[in-house]
Amino acid sequence: SSNEHKLNFKKSKEACLSYIQDALLQKQWKRAAEFLTCYVESLEKDYSREHVGPSEMIWRIGSEILWHHSQNSMKEFNCFMEQMKTLGVKRYLKVCLEHVFHLLCNGQIDEAYQNLSLAESWRFGEQTAIQDKEMKLIQAYRGLLDYCSWSKQKNILLEQSEDGFSDLAVEREMHGYFRKAAVNLKEIIKIPGVWDIFVKCYVDLLEFYGDHNEARQVLNEYAYNSKFPANPNAHVYLYQFLKRQGESKKSLISSLKILHDIVPSHELMIDFNTMLQKSSK
Amino acid sequence: RDFNERCAQCSEVNWGLTDGGRFYCRSCHNVTERTREVVNTDFITNSRVQTISKGLRKQEKNDGGSEWYICEGFQLVLKKQVEALEALGVCPQMKDEILCNFWRCYLQKSKQAYCKRPAGEAVKALSVCESSTDVDSDPERPSLLHLLSLSESEGELQTDCSFASSVSKVSESTSVYSGSVDGSLYLMKNQKEKLRMTMPMTLSFCYMALLWVREPITLSELLRFVVEGHIPYLNVFQHFPEKMKLCGLDLKIFCVESWPVYEEVFNKMHELAAFLDLPRFPDITESCFLHPDMLCMKYLMEANLPDELHNWTCRVVKKIGIGEVDFLTLMPGNNSTRKVKYDVLAVAVIVVVLKLLFLLDDHYECFSVISFISSQTKVYIFYSGGPYFEFKKWYEVVKHSLDVEQKKLDEDRAKYLWRCEKPLFYSVKNKSKVLKRRQMVVNLQNQFGRLSGSVQRAEKPNPSSFQLSWSEENTDGSCFHGHSLKGILQEKCGLLKAMNPDYWLCTVKLCNEKLCGHLAHYKDVEFPQSYHFVLGLFSFLLRVQPSYIHDEVCMIEHKLFNKKLCKKLKYNTVLRK
Repeated sequence: SSNEHKLNFKKSKEACLSYIQDALLQKQWKRAAEFLTCYVESLEKDYSREHVGPSEMIWRIGSEILWHHSQNSMKEFNCFMEQMKTLGVKRYLKVCLEHVFHLLCNGQIDEAYQNLSLAESWRFGEQTAIQDKEMKLIQAYRGLLDYCSWSKQKNILLEQSEDGFSDLAVEREMHGYFRKAAVNLKEIIKIPGVWDIFVKCYVDLLEFYGDHNEARQVLNEYAYNSKFPANPNAHVYLYQFLKRQGESKKSLISSLKILHDIVPSHELMIDFNTMLQKSSK
Repeated sequence: RDFNERCAQCSEVNWGLTDGGRFYCRSCHNVTERTREVVNTDFITNSRVQTISKGLRKQEKNDGGSEWYICEGFQLVLKKQVEALEALGVCPQMKDEILCNFWRCYLQKSKQAYCKRPAGEAVKALSVCESSTDVDSDPERPSLLHLLSLSESEGELQTDCSFASSVSKVSESTSVYSGSVDGSLYLMKNQKEKLRMTMPMTLSFCYMALLWVREPITLSELLRFVVEGHIPYLNVFQHFPEKMKLCGLDLKIFCVESWPVYEEVFNKMHELAAFLDLPRFPDITESCFLHPDMLCMKYLMEANLPDELHNWTCRVVKKIGIGEVDFLTLMPGNNSTRKVKYDVLAVAVIVVVLKLLFLLDDHYECFSVISFISSQTKVYIFYSGGPYFEFKKWYEVVKHSLDVEQKKLDEDRAKYLWRCEKPLFYSVKNKSKVLKRRQMVVNLQNQFGRLSGSVQRAEKPNPSSFQLSWSEENTDGSCFHGHSLKGILQEKCGLLKAMNPDYWLCTVKLCNEKLCGHLAHYKDVEFPQSYHFVLGLFSFLLRVQPSYIHDEVCMIEHKLFNKKLCKKLKYNTVLRK
């Protein structure tokens, strides 16, 4: 019937989206922006029945365009992200997190840290509980940045001690960062997942402060807890730690067993084979 | 408005206002010296408001608005539309005499004004709504939620979920439901018998008036002008005066979110003409623009086809009698005669002529002797007058232009901006939310508009009758108007005949239009590419579906080959699989 071919709002916007999609795939940022300008009025319609609503579309497409567009300045990007944060409370933390990633990619560590802190203090009724996962991630990344700060302080301290003097203030700051980082890093690696960088940093902290038992426990959990997804790196980290600790060949070999199963082509297999040959098994 | 004196000349009480603000008698056009004190032309265009019961109308409501009825809104819409038509060059009588009278007649017939009843109905609606504390308590009266979910031709607005939930809590005044007095009443009643006014119907009114005056604007052109923005339709409510607050159910009535379709407007127009008991429309004669001979000429030019084809279209028109005055002129209420779609009819005739001369079976038109020779020599074959017409070359040239235009059209369609500055809200409760959203949209539009370098929307193209134009001055030979058909014609007994002896019917049997709504069913894969292309070309020009034109082609073919069809069931048809 003729009604199927009627051009209406919905069809018009669907067509608009497909033009945006084509433009994005061909990296035609200006053209994508042109069509996005026409798409944004979808925000004024109720799409609550749709799986992905216009506000999410606009957030994702808009950030792509602004990120790649040559005229773009971080100021515009930041301004846009702030607007996106107000668009959907259900997505608030996600948007914050992605914004932080962009800031980090752009080298703006301080701004990223500020945003993380701000996001951490966000409360919104039952949404806070619903977005618990994102909150944990935010805390984890803040922990990571705290670790970076700690690392910086540590290096300063080491340089100073080489030159023959020590600054108590630096040391205190360093310890402060350690405490902040440790708390958050410890939390995130409890959740089953892939947390390579977090684990690495946490173990580094533990080793520096001499808590080898905790480090060993963390690494064992990460490698052997069946709730965690199979992760070759977990075994690599454990092996490297044990090696640093000067463990026996026997324990070193056993730590590489699972790695051998899941990634037989791993470069550590050379060491594995060498050790096996030496132990004549 | 309260001028109730009898006219000095004819003793009637039928006053109107001149441009100078003086009262004049509509029956005898006697102008008086009395002038109107208060100037408030925005609110009501004609002085018909006196018929709405004054007792019910409160001047000021608390939000600065005053009471208004849905039909007043539509009246404003029509006014804007006809003014736009005037700006396009339509004769001024259309507004003051034709459309005005049609509208008044409609109001009278649908009992919305000019009669004694309307006030009573409105009172009933108000009291019913006010007395019930729970909207859903009355099982017979459809709940507001049901009303909101009614989706008619233009009422496709998705309900604002927050509004739906807030409605059930509302129990106070009816003003929350709609800004107008009778908004909910309008949607509630089954007004099929009374032909409820809708936005697409405003265009039916316009078309009806245009037809009455026999203006050279076809329905497809009218609809195209609407889409191009030359005739207000989409957000015309933004021209309502401040006092006419639009909210709630009014939105469902006045806010459109789809472009009207030819078939819809056309059918409604005929319904309307019958409803108004209109007499026979002014005759459509051979000198009229809407006559198939004239329209064929226009479309032949626009399709870049040779002028010589016009002789053939005229011959077909004459043979099947579709050029007769009685066939073309509209006789409202007469269901036995087929309703004439002038533009679709004309292009269908052209398609039939092309089929007669070129067969359009993907072989004959491509491999004619002429094209064979010219493809070898890569020049046009000339005779003493000019080049021979070659279908294949024509196809290439036109297809190229058509593709460009179609691409532009598709992009424009994707870029339509449906919303306007005037905010719409279902209820006062979500007003701030709506305004905030609007602000965000504007911000985003500015931001990304700057990025794309096009902050301002491109200016509307000037309205033009021709979408494709071909100039004979072009040296690239892309204009085929002057080409000759000699290559495909032969002379026999002093008459020119097509060399092509064959013809294939689009369909052997016509469907029953009343049962399935169509005369035939068009699937492009079942027909030759050339035919599909030709349909596509005219479909683009008229902005209708190819199947719509296909139906008309079938109709013409059956008229043309009527005798042969009756005689032999298996005529010389080459049916596509």
